Amino acid sequence: MTITPSIKRDYLEKLAKNGKRADGRRFDEFRKIEIETGIINKAEGSARVKIGNTQVIAGIKMDIGEPYPDTPNEGAMATAAELIPLASPDFEAGPPREKAIELARVVDRGIRESKLIEIEKLCVEPGEKVWIVFIDIHIIDFDGNLFDAASLAALAALLTTNVPSKRLELGEDYPLPLKEPPVSCTSVKFNDVVLMDPSLDEEEIAEARLTVATDKNGDIRAMQKGLNGSFNTEEIKKAINTSIDNGKKIQEQLYKSVGK
Amino acid sequence: MKSDVILFENGKRLDGRKPDELREVKIEAGVLHRAEGSCYLEWGGNKVIAAVYGPREAIPRHTQNPLRAIVNARYNMAAFSVDDRKRPGPDRRSREISKVISEALENIILLERFPRASIDVNIEVLDAEAGTRCAGLTAAAVALADAGIPMRDIPVSCAAGKIEDQIVLDLGKEEDNYGAADLPVAISPRTGEILLLQMDGHLTLDEFDKALDLAIKGCHIVSDIQKKALLEKYQSVPEGK
Repeated sequence: MTITPSIKRDYLEKLAKNGKRADGRRFDEFRKIEIETGIINKAEGSARVKIGNTQVIAGIKMDIGEPYPDTPNEGAMATAAELIPLASPDFEAGPPREKAIELARVVDRGIRESKLIEIEKLCVEPGEKVWIVFIDIHIIDFDGNLFDAASLAALAALLTTNVPSKRLELGEDYPLPLKEPPVSCTSVKFNDVVLMDPSLDEEEIAEARLTVATDKNGDIRAMQKGLNGSFNTEEIKKAINTSIDNGKKIQEQLYKSVGK
Repeated sequence: MKSDVILFENGKRLDGRKPDELREVKIEAGVLHRAEGSCYLEWGGNKVIAAVYGPREAIPRHTQNPLRAIVNARYNMAAFSVDDRKRPGPDRRSREISKVISEALENIILLERFPRASIDVNIEVLDAEAGTRCAGLTAAAVALADAGIPMRDIPVSCAAGKIEDQIVLDLGKEEDNYGAADLPVAISPRTGEILLLQMDGHLTLDEFDKALDLAIKGCHIVSDIQKKALLEKYQSVPEGK
């Protein structure tokens, strides 16, 4: 990990005291988000998401496999994230480490626990054959806030996924059955200020992090607190509210970009 | 491997190309924010991103060479880049490709200028459709130039092959699967030196001569596209600076 020089830390803290951020954003403001879908021909669904300079590609592959013995009538899903050395001078080649595993698990949980994919509709032969959905997330440019970029890319890719029945001679292709997607928004705290959508520099000096996933109705669907700092209840409530506001806007943009 | 697919008929290939016709190649330089140099390349159905970091201290230290830099190319295929999901991480094939690409690039970079350093070249195949190593090396070369790494030339790669007794340029997907031979080549376009050469299949001496000539011709066409992409990025003057 690079050590953020204390000059940079002083600078960001001084700015924050005056209500400012290095890139001129408000505390509750996201960087510009770009969503592009259908970018990989070989994938069943795919998306490229940019949040500022952070860039993530998600691809969906589907295959037939055996169901878990305790859920013989349900499909399955698996999420993997790779922090490939292409994205940052600090990422190293090799099997996924702690950071990539946490990222994949948080994205996976957001999708799995919100029951976004209707896995009961992915059964081909009960107890024998079900569809397995593989979500693979590639970080290709790292400038902070991977949680939101990765989960948004996964959602956009899933929303454009077609089940490849034809390739496996199981009839016609059809869109992957989905429910409402929950959108995640991440805040960080340093020096008693809470900022939405941290850039890399802000992330590196952060004391605490909070990711909140909200749905269309403004209800909370998942949360994850990270790092060794703490929040007070006021800060948590405020972070949730800004997450709901931003989540709604992102939700709209997401639907627009997939043409739904 | 023989198949029922007719790869060459009435002077045309399966995808409508003439024997000496390339698939469409698009190159963009400097697409990533963090990397010191980068390149996005589309070559037919292939989509590749390359990024360069360095020269920086080579780690682990025992890999350092006190007289020159090492080139660490890493060719990697995304899990979703092929029909059946590929398990993430390097396999024997991608390790071999990484090695031959590293060696080709070591030939052309002025390594003596950076003792004990490593120059890391990451090649990520996002969408694969025959000829990814040529696409990868070609993208890596543009990323190296974008990063300002001193080189004797901008290397470039292209393949030729044989389908149904016909020598053709730049094999497509079916041609790669069912064709008679594949000959990927990388050259230094300024001198014509050959930096990478592999072959599989079956060629007579005459056919090899023809295929090599054709591949080198292809390299020169792609080389022009590489240079155009770099000019496009560096010819425009940023406003207000």
